[in-house]
Amino acid sequence: MKEITRRDAILLAVGLTAAATLPLPALAAESAMDELKKFTGGADARESGRITLDMPEIAENGNTVPLTVSVDSPMTSEDYVKRVMIVASGNPRPGVATFHFSPRSGVAEAATRMRLAKTQDVIAVAEMSDGSFHMAKAAVKVTIGGCGG
Amino acid sequence: MAKSKPRVKVPKKADKGEVIKIKTLISHKMESGQRKDKKGELIPRQIINHFSAKFNGETVFEVDIQPAISANPYMEFNMRAEESGEFEFIWVDDDGSIYTKKQPLEVS
Repeated sequence: MKEITRRDAILLAVGLTAAATLPLPALAAESAMDELKKFTGGADARESGRITLDMPEIAENGNTVPLTVSVDSPMTSEDYVKRVMIVASGNPRPGVATFHFSPRSGVAEAATRMRLAKTQDVIAVAEMSDGSFHMAKAAVKVTIGGCGG
Repeated sequence: MAKSKPRVKVPKKADKGEVIKIKTLISHKMESGQRKDKKGELIPRQIINHFSAKFNGETVFEVDIQPAISANPYMEFNMRAEESGEFEFIWVDDDGSIYTKKQPLEVS
């Protein structure tokens, strides 16, 4: 067996560090995009202004950040919002929740409280009954992250 | 942890066609599966993974829930009141437990 020289050890260490640090943020962002793609089936989601994501600009405590999402829709049986998915691009797992509406909802609006690990963009995507998708983003600054340690 | 206790806030009466606001909350730790204990071992995930609201048996609102929803998950949504009846709210725990709460609504 080949002996491990000092040079090999350094190269190995550098390589491992690079492997460990580089792909992680890329992976997280990618999986947020993956979640979105899974939801839309590859269709385009436009930032059309029909969907509003209301969140605080600054969240002191990432453990519980209020969120209200609303979509401009008449909510009739011909024209309504089917689903709204919330994705947190900077969380270790980007999925947050998916709301399922029906014409009986009357108004396409829902509110909850979520965890944010760090400062990031939160994305909401709505699927309408005509098959179109609409998107909105909210940038939230987080003072204390909310995913435990 | 103590048994999860659901709480709901729904108007008792509504006019026909009125859109009413429903607020629900259940006490639950929502263990994310990301945290480690003192020994450095992952604490297994245990969350409420699904919430649904039925009115007279018809599902009017549902949420698929991930660990990023805060402890004591809070859900606020709306329903158009068409007829009198009963709400049933259902929370599903990762451990298989199901928590329910019923609430009547009188529509005039």
